[in-house]
Amino acid sequence: MASSSDSPMDGAPVIDFDRFVPTRSAIAARKRKDLLMRVLVAAAFVIALVPLVSVLWTTIASGVRRLNLNFLSYNMSGVIGGRPTPSGGYGGILHAVIGTLEITLGAVAISVPIGIMCAVYLVEYAHGGPLSRIIAILVDVMSGIPSIVAGLFAFSMFSIVFGPGTINGISGSVALSLLMLPTVVKSSEEMLKIVPDDLREASLALGVTKQRTITKIVLRTSLPGIVSGVILAIARVIGETAPLLMTAGYIATTNFNLFSGQMTTLPVYVYQEYSKLSVTCPASAGADCITSIPMQRSWAAALTLIILVLILNLVGRLVARVFAVKTER
Amino acid sequence: MSLHSTATESRGADRRGDAIFKGVAYGCGILILIVLAAVTLFLLFRAWPLIGGDGKANAATVESFTGGLAHNFWQYVGPLVFGTVLVAALALGIAFFIAVGIALFISHYAPRRLAAVLNYIVDLLAAIPSVIYGLWGGLVLVPAIHPFWDWVARYFGWIPIFSGPAANPSRTVATVAVVLAVMILPIITSMSRDIFVQTPRLQEEAALALGATKWEMIKLAVLPFGRSGIVSASMLGLGRALGETMAVLMILSPGLRYSFKLLQASQSQTIAANIAAQYPEANNLGVSTLIGTGLVLFLITFLVNFLARKITRKIGA
Amino acid sequence: MRKNTLIRSIAAVCGITMLAGFAACGDNTAATNGSDAGATQKGAAKISGEFQGAGASSQQTAVEAWIASYTQQNPDAKISYNPTGSGAGVTTFLTGATAWAGSDASLSADEVKQSASVCASGNAFDVPVYISPIAIVFNLKGVSGKDKHVNMDGSTIAKIFDGKITKWNDPAIAEQNPKATLPDTPITVVHRSDKSGTTKNFLSYVKDVAGSDWNYEVGENWPNQIGQGGKGTDGVINTVSQADGTIGYADASKAGELGTVAVKVGEDYVPYSAEAAAKVVDASPVDADATGENRVVIALNHKIDSGNAYPVVLVSYDVACPAYKDAKTGEFVKSWLNYVVSKEGQQTAADASGSAPMSDSLRQKVVKSIEAIKTK
Repeated sequence: MASSSDSPMDGAPVIDFDRFVPTRSAIAARKRKDLLMRVLVAAAFVIALVPLVSVLWTTIASGVRRLNLNFLSYNMSGVIGGRPTPSGGYGGILHAVIGTLEITLGAVAISVPIGIMCAVYLVEYAHGGPLSRIIAILVDVMSGIPSIVAGLFAFSMFSIVFGPGTINGISGSVALSLLMLPTVVKSSEEMLKIVPDDLREASLALGVTKQRTITKIVLRTSLPGIVSGVILAIARVIGETAPLLMTAGYIATTNFNLFSGQMTTLPVYVYQEYSKLSVTCPASAGADCITSIPMQRSWAAALTLIILVLILNLVGRLVARVFAVKTER
Repeated sequence: MSLHSTATESRGADRRGDAIFKGVAYGCGILILIVLAAVTLFLLFRAWPLIGGDGKANAATVESFTGGLAHNFWQYVGPLVFGTVLVAALALGIAFFIAVGIALFISHYAPRRLAAVLNYIVDLLAAIPSVIYGLWGGLVLVPAIHPFWDWVARYFGWIPIFSGPAANPSRTVATVAVVLAVMILPIITSMSRDIFVQTPRLQEEAALALGATKWEMIKLAVLPFGRSGIVSASMLGLGRALGETMAVLMILSPGLRYSFKLLQASQSQTIAANIAAQYPEANNLGVSTLIGTGLVLFLITFLVNFLARKITRKIGA
Repeated sequence: MRKNTLIRSIAAVCGITMLAGFAACGDNTAATNGSDAGATQKGAAKISGEFQGAGASSQQTAVEAWIASYTQQNPDAKISYNPTGSGAGVTTFLTGATAWAGSDASLSADEVKQSASVCASGNAFDVPVYISPIAIVFNLKGVSGKDKHVNMDGSTIAKIFDGKITKWNDPAIAEQNPKATLPDTPITVVHRSDKSGTTKNFLSYVKDVAGSDWNYEVGENWPNQIGQGGKGTDGVINTVSQADGTIGYADASKAGELGTVAVKVGEDYVPYSAEAAAKVVDASPVDADATGENRVVIALNHKIDSGNAYPVVLVSYDVACPAYKDAKTGEFVKSWLNYVVSKEGQQTAADASGSAPMSDSLRQKVVKSIEAIKTK
């Protein structure tokens, strides 16, 4: 008590604060480093932009020439070499667009209910139990399944279950749904998690059953987020080529039946037309005959595919923004 | 029918509905397990002739695939695994720093309005179908990049991996790695960006208040915070590169060697592209062999994703 | 309320898509006159129903043209051809899932035996339907170009593709081309990287005419590690056209702007042409090993030395059953194959894909086999 008059600094090491005054060169070095990193980060951005712009530019420049209404409204039946068809065009992609839409819708029909219910299980029912942890890990792992393996799986399953040589749209849907499922589960899980617990508790307190609470309150509230997640998942699988090459086949005419017969999809169409490279124009065909028509069709279909993906992305984002859940955060 | 009995009845129905709903939810969770098991089992079943079938016929199939270079399944799949991992690792190596750079640019350097636009562009690029990257790579990039590889081979040829002469046209591992890097760039970027944006504002401002430069602030606050996110993003990118089919198929001139000569053609091939290339002309046993290689690819990606998950957990904890 | 608008808008979008989908089928048929003309031309009973084929991608362009003209005559027939490749095509055919298969290779004895289980009676047979020259294409600044040729004999070709001749101005090439000024460019060999009938036919030519310079077995896969590989005809053509000094082989119809090799036959150098290819097929005997009933398999005579025949040729077959479990399918296959090998059908293919129309003498043999298909 008596000694309290001593300075609290007594016995403390004497610090030479001057040591911490930065030298001018140190400051300059730090500033230089900062500038260097700034330049590097900007450079990374520019470097990445070059190929990406080139991809888009090539597709647009090569695709826009053949992309017209006729191309979109006819299929490839009646196309002989490079000669124009009776409809005045050079064949089109209607059948591929229909095939893509049907097969993708099939994949959505399979993966979305399962995916959402799985997310419901993970968020609402499993409370960190070992089973749910395993499932959560496997969903992550599943998101890394290579698309060609998904194709091989669908191909093997259908050839074993329905007999060899089974090629139809639905087997393509199965392959795609395998790729969609983890994305749907993950995005739905995120969306369910941000629904405030107050809502659940309020509903349960009113005597509403858990099932009704989930369907009417939780899922309702998170619906826009789930929808936008699903749309982004669609955008991701709609361009898959490899699995559809082995499961859905390739035909020239329009096939509406998902469960029987082959179906052409846009990415497969792009690849097959690219593989054809060129056609021969005999002297009798006249000036309307175009030798490089398969390549032109390929690029135009590629452009259509990009536009389709772009629209889906936009719609997904729009849905997310316009109908976003208002949380108190 | 009194009012009371309807109420109990409906409560009974509610309870049943509750139970059914719960059952369905559990069922869907368990379905994930079943699906993964089914994938493995169906592939195993179809690949079974490799293990349980006639050894001589298997050897003949493998020899017909390789023109007599490999004589059994393991000799066949070995170089393919090597090629797959090599190409994917290179792609990740190229994409990683650039992707993190762009993510930082978007989250911390670019003006807010520009960042919003860039965000959207990056997400869009992540969705460009691989067949289009294949078209672009095979028709535009291969001829365009040759002078660069030629230059690399001339001045860095003393490094074994760049030993020349650079193949012309450049349908080589190096070119494929560049294309795959471009493809996985948006994936890594968008995931790391999402993490960087979430860096606690207080930490950033504290660093700046202490007199840190912007880069020092990023090094002190943003990168440590985002480390686990970056790792899991790059693992996801790696997984995508491992399984990429069309772009490799349309660009690479394949070979079956254990070779690091990145600039020379016909050195390596990836599993996925090999399946797509050989599948059309394969007979029944050939398809089994290819599905066997597919199973190996499945195991590799499984492992990579599993490890990524483990790493993320450890750093995040 | 917001949710309702959301659901409604989703429903609306779905509805519009469905409408657009079902509005039209988009078939490129000439309104009415096409089918009428077809009916009067043929007079025979029209074929209707859905039929599937699968197989060799080499035939793809030709088959698409055949389908287009065939369905003009038989508007109710819906035919599809999946260019999965010869191997997959034959495998699918042997499961009974397709009506016919296209294949670059003739059936093996084993496959003929297996076919008994899918055919209503008898074993499957193969007939040639598509004959196309294989061009040896090259890209060399100042020398190559559309319809420009470099002369080579079999042994030179073998040495180039085995990596023994590595420069374009090698004496072996220069001797045969006294007029051309060949540069010092290194040769890049380009071959198919996938299994292919084109490779097999090319290799069997090389093996036949230059066996001493070619020590590999003839197969559908490329045997050595020289040069670069491309997937499919498109891969080879793209690779060749992207660099200076490349040489490869591909279906002649895709040669485009590339230079081609004129091959030494007897004392002359013959550039590829459909007529020259047809000549070699005419001069070749029927394969004695293909003993099945109705089978017409050609053992190409690569050593032909009479002038104006081009010996590097791909012969692609169609595989069919002599009797089908479904009589309608039998009827279709008979009428389809008859059309395909008819003068008109062969000309359609030649126009679309630059193939060589088959000669009348060969057609007689083939038609005899096709007529053996039972339709009742």
